[in-house]
Amino acid sequence: MHSVMDSRPFFEDYSVKPMQRQFSPYADNGGSIIAISGNDFVVIGADTRLSSGYSIYTRDQNKLFKLSDTTVLGCSGCWCDTLSLTRILNARMQMYEQEHNKKMSTPACAQMLSTMLYYKRFFPYYISNILVGLDSEGKGCVYSYDPIGHTERSSYRAGGSAGALLQPLLDNQVGMKNMQNVQNEPLTIERAVGILKDTFISAAERDIYTGDSIKINVITKDGIKEDTFELRKD
Amino acid sequence: MFRNQYDSDVTVWSPQGRLHQVEYAMEAVNQGSATVGLKSQTHAVLIALKRASSELSAYQKKVINVDDHVGITISGLTADARILSRYMRTECLNYKYSHDTYLPLNRLISQLGNKMQICTQRYDRRPYGVGLLVAGYDDQGAHIFQTCPSANFYDCKAMSIGSRSQSARTYLEKHLDEFKNASLEEIIKHGLRALRDTLPPENDLNNKNVSIGYVGKGQSFKILNENEISSFLTLITGEERRGAAASASDQPPAARDDPSGDEGPRDPVPAVAMDTE
Amino acid sequence: MFQEAPSFWQNGPAPGSFYNFPNTTFNQLQNSASDAFKHSQSPVTTATSIVALVYDAGVIIAGDILGSYGSLARYRNCSRVLKVNNNIILGAGGDYGDFQYVKALLNQKIIDEECLDDGLKLKPKSLHCWLTRIMYNRRSKFDPFWNNFVVGGLQDGVPFLGTVDKLGTAYEDKIICTGYGAHIVTPMIRAALDKNPNINKAEAKALVLKAMEVLYYRDARSYPKFEIATLDQDGVEIAGPIDVSQNWEIAHFVR
Repeated sequence: MHSVMDSRPFFEDYSVKPMQRQFSPYADNGGSIIAISGNDFVVIGADTRLSSGYSIYTRDQNKLFKLSDTTVLGCSGCWCDTLSLTRILNARMQMYEQEHNKKMSTPACAQMLSTMLYYKRFFPYYISNILVGLDSEGKGCVYSYDPIGHTERSSYRAGGSAGALLQPLLDNQVGMKNMQNVQNEPLTIERAVGILKDTFISAAERDIYTGDSIKINVITKDGIKEDTFELRKD
Repeated sequence: MFRNQYDSDVTVWSPQGRLHQVEYAMEAVNQGSATVGLKSQTHAVLIALKRASSELSAYQKKVINVDDHVGITISGLTADARILSRYMRTECLNYKYSHDTYLPLNRLISQLGNKMQICTQRYDRRPYGVGLLVAGYDDQGAHIFQTCPSANFYDCKAMSIGSRSQSARTYLEKHLDEFKNASLEEIIKHGLRALRDTLPPENDLNNKNVSIGYVGKGQSFKILNENEISSFLTLITGEERRGAAASASDQPPAARDDPSGDEGPRDPVPAVAMDTE
Repeated sequence: MFQEAPSFWQNGPAPGSFYNFPNTTFNQLQNSASDAFKHSQSPVTTATSIVALVYDAGVIIAGDILGSYGSLARYRNCSRVLKVNNNIILGAGGDYGDFQYVKALLNQKIIDEECLDDGLKLKPKSLHCWLTRIMYNRRSKFDPFWNNFVVGGLQDGVPFLGTVDKLGTAYEDKIICTGYGAHIVTPMIRAALDKNPNINKAEAKALVLKAMEVLYYRDARSYPKFEIATLDQDGVEIAGPIDVSQNWEIAHFVR
């Protein structure tokens, strides 16, 4: 730090003082996740842009992680934490299957993820997680998390860099909040995917960390169907 | 019932250069029910005969999944096998965690061998009383490995271990040339026939006492359910069984690398154990 | 309103003690409130950008050979693209000492695996993942390796290009530039590859040459000598040091 009295511009390289570069173990690599559930399905989408500040690392990064045939996790935030968390999760899924001789259910995954996040309470994974799947009755479910493991089941959720931007939109379009004279018809897959795409298009307009394209997973009892959709790339 | 004075501990040598305790552990494998492992170019198959300890109990599990690309069958002490399979699972998981790929079979087996060897060289341990047949598929193709309580392991084209397994080995040796280009169905049929040869004539295989597991190119390790086993068993029913009982009696039941079998030569008992003065 | 006059003994030794020179390590250590271990928090001898891309049959990685000491161009022969085995090449930027340490870890790993004598060779994806774990573990100890690594290779015949930074952030792409190059030559190479997605080796080399030239003009920590590693079915080739073609005539036009 140069003193207040000194009016000359400060050039780090020419400073007489030792150069100190602050190390932060976290990075914000951006990205947004949206999940919408229905009676017998759930859709989850994530954009494919991985960025840091004003640089785009890659335009084609999958942020949806298939944990089982009925469970998918979407992650955005600190990418190095995401990589580590999902590697451990995959190992834990395999351990569960081998110990219990059955696949892990989505609610069980959801609880395990919460526990794993809270385990790192004092050095958290800086990730906005949204976990989706089908519950024991075959209903679509969406679990969202804060970085230290608070979790909540809901029927739709937006998370990540544009989460705060998109959640109100979903409240209106999916939750039918502040709507008058509308019938609350059960959501179809087509409508859910349509809303999801529109919502991402809105995010890409205003959030520089969301863009390029989206990966969409549609989970039904017949399995997981994958889809992609292009967004603006600037 | 000591056989001689040099078997008091695993760390005691006999003057003939043998470790009797280790050899006794090898016998534990022959007490277990028979199991067969064989491979084609694309698949490795494990077939096991399950036993129930009593009318009241369920059949003992014989085929264990280790990872997507590895599975084992066991013969001997089931409890020891559980420890070993847990170790193998952990090793596979750790490798997958740090290398994003499956642990190559030969590395898994040599790590396992190193673990088992420790128990044959320490006075406060005992050897694992279980033999494994390990089936796996990796970049180098399909594999069948056999491991012993002595911590030896062998890379096999086909192998059988457990009680009366000599009959199965006889079958496997006879049909060895057919395995390489066999289809999955054919290789399972060969395995079932080999396993059936270990049974006395009054018994036969059924979907309760047989366990089948296989792994191969594009196929993660799969343990078949009873219905799937039945469909394979029907493929070999009606075929004439070779004289199973006869072949069992004219062959020594001991494993080929085990000189301490009942028919094998006994340790000569030396008159003086060791001249100390 | 008025600046307060410095106290009489300002900066001087307390009676009976030694004079503390300002801004010395000794000084900081003595003044530190606890015995907490202080980890390396900043790079020392540094290397700048790495430029890498995938061409139709393989991968190409380039980096200059300067080791900078702050703004001083101190070491002028620091090679930082290397062959790991017949199907992996590696490039590194950031702290050169950390790079040498990680290189030693990697060499030991290669030797350990060679000793198993099972004929298996490390694959690029495995090395990439392994580096991710190394880097993430160290960042989690607040003692990072201050590097950017770029791993190139052939994974079962298919070109692979991935990178890991000091946090363990990792991704794969067809174009990877680190450091200053990420800002200044990535757009140029992306534009070139958008126009012609399947470039051959010669075109890729020409593109990288251009990138190194641009970097030399604009990155103050760059150097006009660099090395290029290429890897394809024909094997690994490390060329260099190659000179950047310089033309300072254009400097007169920049006003």
